[in-house]
Parts: sequence; structure tokens; C-alpha cells
Amino acid sequence: MSLVRATVRRDLLLAARNPGEWANPLMFFLMVAALFPMAVDPNPEFLSKISGGVIWVAALLATLLSLDSLYRADVEDGSLEQWLASGESLYAMSLGKALVHWCISGLPLTLMSPLLGVMLHLPEDAYFALFISLAVGTPVLSLLGAVGAALTASLRSGGLLLTLLILPLYVPVLIFAASAVYHAGIGMAYNGQVAMLGAMLALALALTPFAAGAALKLNLSR
Amino acid sequence: MEFSSLAEFIAMGKHGFYVWLSYGLTAVIIAFVVMQPILHRRRLLKEQAQRLRREKRNAPSA
Amino acid sequence: MWQWLVRLYHRLGSPKWFYEMTERWIFWLALAAGGSAIVGLVLGLLYAPADYQQGDSFRIIYIHVPAALLAQSAYMMMAVAGAVYLIWRMKMAAWVAKVIAPVGAAFCLIALLTGAIWGKPTWGTWWVWDARLTSMLMLLFLYFGVMALQQAMESEEASYKAGAILALVGLVNIPIIKYSVEWWNTLHQPATLKLTEKPSMHPDMLWPLLIMIVSTYLFFALVVILRTRNEILWHERKRQWVRKILES
Repeated sequence: MSLVRATVRRDLLLAARNPGEWANPLMFFLMVAALFPMAVDPNPEFLSKISGGVIWVAALLATLLSLDSLYRADVEDGSLEQWLASGESLYAMSLGKALVHWCISGLPLTLMSPLLGVMLHLPEDAYFALFISLAVGTPVLSLLGAVGAALTASLRSGGLLLTLLILPLYVPVLIFAASAVYHAGIGMAYNGQVAMLGAMLALALALTPFAAGAALKLNLSR
Repeated sequence: MEFSSLAEFIAMGKHGFYVWLSYGLTAVIIAFVVMQPILHRRRLLKEQAQRLRREKRNAPSA
Repeated sequence: MWQWLVRLYHRLGSPKWFYEMTERWIFWLALAAGGSAIVGLVLGLLYAPADYQQGDSFRIIYIHVPAALLAQSAYMMMAVAGAVYLIWRMKMAAWVAKVIAPVGAAFCLIALLTGAIWGKPTWGTWWVWDARLTSMLMLLFLYFGVMALQQAMESEEASYKAGAILALVGLVNIPIIKYSVEWWNTLHQPATLKLTEKPSMHPDMLWPLLIMIVSTYLFFALVVILRTRNEILWHERKRQWVRKILES
């Protein structure tokens, strides 16, 4: 366990010392959201209808952007081999890495989402739904994405491939989260959708670290 | 028999285009799926037989 | 029974046994698949009555439904074969999983294309974001993902393992994707065939469909066997028994 804790600590420290790592996806998030009014229609009424979906798509893409580098440095500098040799549980290790990823991508995105809500004229009733759906949904994105990142860690052009592998798996999260925000906006109940997101999070927490752990071992046979 | 003439069969009650387009596309894809392994096998056998002959020729001199 | 299964499993693990055994199957499989396809198509295209709402465009069902069914079960078979490889390190399973991917993707593509073409006269548009069309599209993306990942891996063993892991992750996701998409939007007619219920179709329409489904599965078995034999030839090319085949 101590190795996992040390790794999480080290990665968070690295992220804190290198703000680009977590700030760039945030900027990306902001810019993508700003593109939509320019490309589609700046009319507030129209924007308020699509804002939930747009923010979620932007969050999803921003998450993907930072996934690519999740394991790359560890493969390159040999840390990964050290973990595998240490006999430490790979399950805990992949869970820890996914947690780190969420802290530097999903969490800031969630905290910044109200700002985007204002920019995109999100209906007032939908703010809390947006916040809670991002808080519950982005960890699922990080967990699923960690599997893809582990699979492609030692590939040279892994980034694009990673997107191809992971995007279809993100569809259910996107559907339920965007629907929660939309329904909150028109004054309907959205607890069902949030409950579904919670169920996905529980499932992802339980299963994806196994897959990511198994995938990590592949990067050794080089 | 549902159709009384060939022309009627081809027309498929005004939906001929859609029916035959989908059957045609399917036939193309299926043909590709079948032909690929057959051609691959032929190439594989030829290449490997060549390799074997080459190895035999080179073996005594080496 | 159990012992017989274990013996069969061990035999299936032997590429040589598989190669020699399937030599005899190919002809009969091709005959059965081709024959049933002809019977099914003749019955379906010539003898089945036209649908009272959709007219003759419903005859697309005889390729659309079997292709869609097969695309889904092929993914399942690919994931199971991948799991067998991951757990017992059976080379044959890895080869089977590898060759299923493009075939399954081809059938997925057939289902999508025929679905779109069928949609034009029925719904008035080529593509709708209907639940089952969308989840088939996601299935196609999952197939593409597995194929792309296998291509990208440098070592062969890693490519098999990575493909298997991704296929298993996708397998868990398929029901979730299906459910979420269905909940999200439904325009598609309810499933034509349900195992638990009595079919609502006229028997003259239903029989050709069932025959076509059987034919599609036979065809799939045939193609997978053909492709697996190629994999065997390639990987065992330095073995004595393959040399004999090459020399003859």
C-alpha cells in the first residue's frame, strides 16, 4: 500500500509543480465550449437548450486529452517495472493512478463547470444537476480511460488510438449525464439519471482496475 | 409464389431499389469476406513452398 | 460428458488436429451454408407474403436481422476466445479471437447498411438516431477499436492479450450501452424475435428468417475456420507436418 500512496503523492506533487498538466485540459474545456456558440448559434434561448450536452462533450474531450500521458512517463522511466517487480497489488496501483487522473482532470472540470454554465446560458435549475453529474460521471471517465491508457502506454502513436478505443465506452455516461442536466433544466426530476451514473461508478470502481492492471503487464514485454 | 412475373419481382412493389441495393451491398461484403481468406491461403502456400525450396537449395552449399 | 469436453478442449488446442479435422468439415459447411441460404432466400424473396404495412421492403429483414444477431454474438465469441487465451494461454483461442474481429465487423457493417437502406422507405430517412441503430454503430466502433489495437501492438503476444482485454471490457459495456441507448431513444420496431415469447410474425415470413439465421451462423463458422487455418499455416510453417503439406 505504501508504494501506491507514495506514487499518488508523487504524481499529485508533479502535477502541482507542472501546472500545464492540469491547466491545459481546463483551457481546452473552456475553448471547446466557446466554439459552440460561434459555430452554431449565439441565441441565448437556443444555447440554454444545448448547453448541458455541450459542456459534457467538452468535459469528455478534455478528459481524453490528459489521459494519454497517464502511464507514459512510468513506462519510459522504468517505474512500471519497479511496481511489477515489487509485488504490489496492481489493482490498487491502477485505482490510485485513476484517482490521480481524476484529481487533475475531472475535479477541476467539475469545479469550473458553473463558469461554462454562465457562458452558455445554462438554465438556472440545471446548475446543481450539472455539478453533481460531473462529480459522479467524470470518475467513471477516468477509470475507463485508465484501461485504455494502460493498453496503449508503450505505443508510439498511442494517443489517437486511445481515443478510438475509449470513446464508445463513454457513450452511456454521456447519455445519462447530459439527460440529467437537460431534465433538470426543464424542471423535471433527474435523480434517476444520477443514480444510474452512480451505479456505473460503482461498477467501474470494482472492475476497471482489474483490466487496467492486466493491461499494465503488457507494457513489459517489449 | 408472391410475384406473377419477373418484372414484378424486380420491382418489389416500388421498393425494388432499396431491396436490391441492400442485397447487392450484402453480396459484395460477403464475397469479400469469403475471398479474402481463400486468396490469403493461396498466397501463403505459394510463399512458404518457395521458402522451403530456397532453403533446400541453399542447405548443401552452406 | 465432462471428460469428453475436456478431451475436446485439449484437442482443439492442437493446431494440427484442428487443421486436419476441419479439412473434412469445410466442404460440408460450405454446402450447408450455401444450401440453406438458397432455400431461405427463395422462400423469403419469392414465397413470403408482403408485409401489410411495409410492402415488399420488409424483405430486407432476411439479411438485416441475421447479420445483426451474428454481429452481436460474434463479439461475444471473440471476447470468450480472448478470455480463454488470457486464462489458459491457448494459442488457438488467440488466433480464433483475432480472425473473428474482421468478420464480426463485416456483419455489423451489413446490419447497419441494410438498416439504413430499410429505414429510407419505412421512416423516410436514411439514418435516424434510433436506439438499436446507434448501439450497432457503437458495436462497430468497438470492433474497430479491437482491430486497431491489435494492429498497433508490436509483439504478437501483446497484441493478442491487449485485444482480449479490450474485448472483455467491451463485453461488460455492451449491455450498458444497449440499455442506455434504448432508454435514450426508441424508434425502431420492437425486436422481431424474442426467445421467451411466441413470435408475432406470420409463419410464412418467419420460416425463411429462421433458415437465414441458421445459414448465417454456418457461414460464419466456415469463414472463421478458413481464416483460422491460414493462421495455423503461418504460425506452424516451420513444423514438419506443414512442410509435408507444402511439398505435396
